[in-house]
Amino acid sequence: MTSLIDNQHPGRTGAIDDLPADPMVPRPYRISRTRQDTRDTFTLELEPVDGPLLRYRAGQFTMLDAFGVGEVPISISGDPTRPGPLEHTIRDVGVVTHALITAPTGAVLGVRGPFGTSWDVTAGEGKDVVFVAGGIGLAPLRPALMELIARRDRYNRVVLLYGARTPEDILFGDELRSWAKDHGVVVEVTVDNGQHAWRGRVGLVTQLVPRAGFDPRNTLALVCGPETMMRYVAAALTDRGVPEHRVRLSMERNMKCGVGLCGHCQLRELFVCVDGPVLPYSRLAPLLSTREL
Amino acid sequence: MADEARLIDLDGLQGLIDALSARGYTVIGPTVRDGAIVNAPVHGVDDLPRGWGDEQDAAHYRLRRRGDDAVFGFAAGAQSVKPVVFPAHELIWRGRRTGTEFTVNDRDADGPVAGPPPPYALLGVRSCDLHALAIHDTVLLGRGYTDTRYAERRAGSFVVAVTCTDPGGTCFCASMRTGPHPDGGFDLALTELMDDGPHRFLVEVGTPRGADVLADVATAPAPESDVVEAEAIAVEAASRMGRTLDTDGLKDVLYASADSPRWDDVASRCLACTNCTLVCPTCFCTSVEDVADLTGDVAERRRVWDSCFNEDFSYIHGGSIRTETRSRYRQWITHKLAAWVDQFGTSGCVGCGRCITWCPAAIDITAEAAALRWTPQPAAAGS
Repeated sequence: MTSLIDNQHPGRTGAIDDLPADPMVPRPYRISRTRQDTRDTFTLELEPVDGPLLRYRAGQFTMLDAFGVGEVPISISGDPTRPGPLEHTIRDVGVVTHALITAPTGAVLGVRGPFGTSWDVTAGEGKDVVFVAGGIGLAPLRPALMELIARRDRYNRVVLLYGARTPEDILFGDELRSWAKDHGVVVEVTVDNGQHAWRGRVGLVTQLVPRAGFDPRNTLALVCGPETMMRYVAAALTDRGVPEHRVRLSMERNMKCGVGLCGHCQLRELFVCVDGPVLPYSRLAPLLSTREL
Repeated sequence: MADEARLIDLDGLQGLIDALSARGYTVIGPTVRDGAIVNAPVHGVDDLPRGWGDEQDAAHYRLRRRGDDAVFGFAAGAQSVKPVVFPAHELIWRGRRTGTEFTVNDRDADGPVAGPPPPYALLGVRSCDLHALAIHDTVLLGRGYTDTRYAERRAGSFVVAVTCTDPGGTCFCASMRTGPHPDGGFDLALTELMDDGPHRFLVEVGTPRGADVLADVATAPAPESDVVEAEAIAVEAASRMGRTLDTDGLKDVLYASADSPRWDDVASRCLACTNCTLVCPTCFCTSVEDVADLTGDVAERRRVWDSCFNEDFSYIHGGSIRTETRSRYRQWITHKLAAWVDQFGTSGCVGCGRCITWCPAAIDITAEAAALRWTPQPAAAGS
């Protein structure tokens, strides 16, 4: 603590010039495009008003700011292997997300970050890789899939198990077909409710795990979706023999700062914003079994 | 340290306040306000709570006349110095919209100033609160990201610590090994000596900056007998604390208590009023508030204290994680006494006792920790 004290100039804050920039102050980004993906889900493409494009790792998130309305943590959904606009895929569920998806092209938003841990999909090189997504949970997994596809030959069997509410809620439909057809990804989709026209599967995404055909002892699993879904999927994966430390979940908690200072995202000893959002099931399993922890 | 110790009298204490003021500090010290000891700007010895003591117990705080002239003869005041270096409301940035442009300034010249201007000299900081400051330094400055506003206030602050000579009924710093004698983190430390001799203060110097300020004050060398007396006062004070907290294996106790029936018991009393987190010198949780003017062209974000006892503290789309009071009390005490150790290497509790004193329902962290230690766990109940 004494290192902060400036003995020569008591009361002066000369040491402050050496401090890092304030992580709570957003950088301005301009909306270059808003794409409607489904009834309630939109993808925003953002470009910095000044300065270079944001570098990030698959699985990280930013704090997105609709000025005067508020700020929310949103996972990055873009392709980290190719320079381009910053992409976020956002569901219209609250005041801030609604302000974000209805902001006009050219409007300026605030961006802080990127923050948090990554999927580190390269840990699956030489292994089977299983992606399990529930709903909007496909968006945070997309950067890891793009990273894998860019080096597809380094991975063995690659499976994407994806559960959506209805066929109309399926995200990135064209890409799902391309990943299956052009990149050797086994894509299995199931929905909670399907009309007569739906010829695919109906049911929980956990039911897809047993027939996914991966080698449990040599598999990396990346899971993102509602917490209850992730808990059951992680149990299904580890029951089949995937080691707990090779099952990774992306956790969602209330976040006001994204940098481990505000305390909102705590899960016992974890700050989900800096220790996560991507965390191994080996660390989460004892914490997810207690209600309201 | 003993051979460097000095003595000052009440005039010397006035001289110290004057010397700090002359160097541009706003001197913040204990005052009597609204029937409590409250930190506020002080200009002289007459502003201090001379002759005032307090009595504290669970949900009980009263000032009392001591019957002597002691200036620091009370225990932990209503607040630590937390609100000075980490204000409850603070502007983070202000932005202005022009057309589709939006510019953000983190240091807007006409931003609201919270409280008196820095730099601060913090007078009369107790050992428990010194340890709390050190904890905040770790939490807010010692990790990957820095709270730049705290850093600024903290770096400029001058600390005059005081040995607690008359601890209160809710004090337990002795069992937390955080007091009552200041063991570091101060520029100067005082111990008030109220024996048959003249009213005087033993002064220990903690930093060169402290020595520099003290050089402007009329002091006398401290005889060895006064150094011994100051030590004896601290030892005697340690033996008179109203509470104890057994920290042995406490982290494991709390982690194993996640499903304890005790949470229902405490929740039947807890009002989730957030008083404990507001008076706690180490609680650091904050939220942000966004404010826009009527045109929407000027927007600002403020950081405000928050509490894990608020239901929307854990809100995510679909609902709050911790909907029940039992879950929120569990979060608070488990974080404070257990998860804190994993996160920051120390307990989050410094034994100041404020959460006990200011709880309207008289919930006692030391009693709850002890009860959890002796409540059979559901999983272990059958074995």
